[in-house]
Parts: sequence; C-alpha cells; structure tokens
Amino acid sequence: MEYMILIYADEAHYEAMAEGQMASLMADFVSYTQALEAAGVLRGGAELAPVGSATSVRVRTGKPVITDGPFAETKEQLGGYYLLDCANLDEALAWAGRCPAASLGTIEVRPVTA
Amino acid sequence: MAGDAIAAVEHVFRLEKGRVLAGLMRRFGDLGLAEDVLQEACRKALELWPRTGIPDYPAAWLSAVARNAALDHLRRAGRSVSDAEAVLSCLPAAVMEETQVIEDDRLRLLFICCHPALAPEAQVALALRTLCGLSTAEIARAFGVAETALSQRLLRARRKIAEARIAFELPPEQELQSRLAQVLHVIYLVFSEGYCASGGDTLLRADLCAEALRLGRLLDSLQSGQPEVQGLLALMLLQASRGPARLSPGGELLTLEEQDRRLWDDVLIAEGLAVLALALPARAPGPYQLQAAIAALHAQAPTASATDWRQISALYGALLRHKPEPMILLNAVIACAMAHGAEHGLAWLVRLEAVPSLANSHYLHAARADLLRRQGDRPGALAAYARAAMLASNAVERQYLLRRHGEMRLPLV
Repeated sequence: MEYMILIYADEAHYEAMAEGQMASLMADFVSYTQALEAAGVLRGGAELAPVGSATSVRVRTGKPVITDGPFAETKEQLGGYYLLDCANLDEALAWAGRCPAASLGTIEVRPVTA
Repeated sequence: MAGDAIAAVEHVFRLEKGRVLAGLMRRFGDLGLAEDVLQEACRKALELWPRTGIPDYPAAWLSAVARNAALDHLRRAGRSVSDAEAVLSCLPAAVMEETQVIEDDRLRLLFICCHPALAPEAQVALALRTLCGLSTAEIARAFGVAETALSQRLLRARRKIAEARIAFELPPEQELQSRLAQVLHVIYLVFSEGYCASGGDTLLRADLCAEALRLGRLLDSLQSGQPEVQGLLALMLLQASRGPARLSPGGELLTLEEQDRRLWDDVLIAEGLAVLALALPARAPGPYQLQAAIAALHAQAPTASATDWRQISALYGALLRHKPEPMILLNAVIACAMAHGAEHGLAWLVRLEAVPSLANSHYLHAARADLLRRQGDRPGALAAYARAAMLASNAVERQYLLRRHGEMRLPLV
C-alpha cells in the first residue's frame, strides 16, 4: 500500500540555520533517502521550493481565479514529500519517524487510495 | 425456552465476541465487515438455537457462520476469494476452537483498538465494542454521550483502520512498552469510568468495571510477566474489592476511613495481593504497581487508624516521579499529612494553590477541610467544605462534601 509522507516545518527555521547545520541536515536527508531505497520502499519524492513561490488556482463560475500564495497560510509549511510503498500504516509511521525533519516539524502520513 | 435461548445467545455473545471478532479480523482485515457478519451470525443464532438447542461450541459456531457470511459478502462484491479460504470455511468449526492463534488475535485486536493513530476518545469505545461485546447504545449510556455521536466516532475509527491499513500485528519489541502503556491506559479508563460514582446507570457502571477486569486478565494471560500489566490488574482488583463498601445505604459516598471494612471483598483482595506479589520481584516499579501497592496497604490495614501512612507517603513520592500530575501531588500531600501531621499537609496545600489547575479543584479544598477538621479548626473546616462543595461538579461528591459540612455545624458532644 502506498503512503504519502508529507513534510511540514517552519521555513523560517531552515532560513535561520547556520551553514554547517544546514549541510548536516542535507546529509541526513541523503542518508534517509538511501535507507528508503535500500529497503525497497521508495516510490518517489521531492523537495519543494519555499512557499513564497506558491500560486493557487480555483475555478469559480467556470473561470479560473489565480491567487498568489499557498492553499492556507500556516505556521508550518509543506516543504517536501516522499511516496512510500509499505505493508501497513505502522511501517509507514516508523519510516516517517526516521525522517530528519520529524524533529523540526510534523510529518503527516496519508494512505494513497488504490 | 425462547427466552432461555435469547439469554444464552446474549451470554455467549458477551463472552466470546472478542475472540470471534479477532479471528474474523485476522482473516478479512476489515473490522467493519467483521462486525457486520458477526451481527448476522448472532441473528441466525437467535433464530435457530431456540429450536436446535445451543451448539457444543457456540463461539466456533458463530465464527463459522460469520465466516461464511463474509465470504458470501466478498463474492457478491466481486472480490476474489481464494480457494483456500473456501476450503477453510468448510472445516468442522471445532477444529478452530481454542487455539493459541485465536488468543493472539484477541491481543492484536486490543492493540489495534488502542493504536495511537486512532482518536483517544474512540479507543475506549472501540475496545468495549469489539472486545467486550457491549452495544453502542450501552457504551453511549455508560459514558453519557449521544449514541449517534458515538456511532460516528466508531465508524470513523473502523474506516481508518481499514483505509490507512493499521497493522493487525503486535508492536515490535522497541515499541512494545509505549504501546502497552496506552493499552493499560485505555483499560484503566474503562475501569475508572465504571468505578467513579458520577451517576448514570449503576448496573452499566458495574459492567464497565467487570469488562475492564476481564481485559486486564486477558492481557495478563497473554503478555505474562509484564510487571505493569500485573500492577494494573492488582490495582483494579484491590479497588473493586471496596465496591460494596463505598456507598452508604442512602447512596452517599463514604471515605476509606468511614467504610465498613467487613464489606470489603476478601476474595478480590487476596487475588489483588497475589497478582501484585508476582510483579514486585521484577523490580521494575511503574505507576500501576505503585498505585496498586498503595491500594494494597489500605486493603491490609485492619482499621483506618492502623494504616501505614508512612509507607503510603513514600510510595506517593515515588509515584510523583512517574506521574508529576496535580491530582497525585494532592494525594501525596494528604498522605504526608496523615504520616507526619496535618500542619505539614496544610503548609503544602498553600503552595499547591498556586498551581493553576488545582486552585479551583474541589479536591484541594476538600483536602484542606479534612486536615483542618482533624486539627479541630471548625470555622476553617466549615469554610473549606463549603468552598469545595461549591466547586464540585459530581452530584455524589457534592452530597458528600455537604454532609461533611453539615456534620461540622453540629455541636460537639
């Protein structure tokens, strides 16, 4: 079964990081991704550009309405995702808990409908 | 005869539901489906058993009928059912009876019901519904919530188990202790809901206590040698032993000191003490063992005045390290006052009043009133009882405080 691992954290937190801290976080993400690959559960994933680059589209009365900004202004922003193939929720939660950003923000785990 | 059969079906259902449901859950992985087909099997039992008599293995009968209904349902829904399943469903039901697998499935079901991915308020209801055979209406009445709201909650939880595919497995070793703690928490919540006399249907409340004890015993038999599991079971047994003595004939709440100790249930006390004695050699004291040890000291005191308050006070000190919660702090203060003198307790209470969650707690003011009463400070005690009674939201507790208040106003003889 596939699970979306949605990584939410306060972008300001990353911006405030010293260069060395940032480098070690990136290194942690690289080894996390390698671990996912080695376990054969990785189906996809990406880091997203900061939320300042987000644009939202809604179609109202047949016309697209385009607005600057994300779906909702929140304290923590969606910064990236992984798509994992796991046997069950518990396995997906265990992987989510190992994500380097789990100690900085919140990882939301959502099953993907088959 | 029909009445007998209905009573028998209800009895079997209450006793065996968790076991049958666990087996169905293992096979079909869908708690909603499992519940539906078991319901169907029970309907068939109600139709048939009055005529045919109760089968030798009622649980196996229910399992087999429910299993067939589930297979039918899946076939109708166009889902493939493996041949093995079909063969399995034709086996004599007795073969499936009483195997270790089924017992383990019940434990898995208990862990699923208490899974952290489910809303905490759904966990208790789900455990009662799936493992104890209580109806949604009964659970709603026992917890004083609307039945529709409760069914919604249960529906959401079942749907999440299926859609997010929560594992029907025991937690891995490194998570076992934290998951077990949640299971213990849920069982104790069930017990406490039944034990606290906050009104409502008293018969159902007794049921909740009995169901919690049953779950505790089940967990203890399946996860043997876990000191905290034994601690919880001992705690519930020791608290339950006071059941008949806790209320006066008029329905008023009585303190430990006022209770007629001859009414305490010796059998439950003996079992509680024995279970606790099994836990202690592991030397891994946790909050349930400590609370059970405190309850054990009360249970063993021949009279209220012969209570070993020094040891109880020390145990509360240890308990506070595990659970630094305001209510436990308050109990620790009372124990300290009983062990070392009311003035120690009163000095502590002044400091506790600065804790926001305690400042308006009727427990704090009731404790102060009690200590002042022991010191012979009648005006102080009167004021504190009045304040406590004003703050108490539970009718039985308020009645108790008002009674105390009234007694203080009587002239001393």
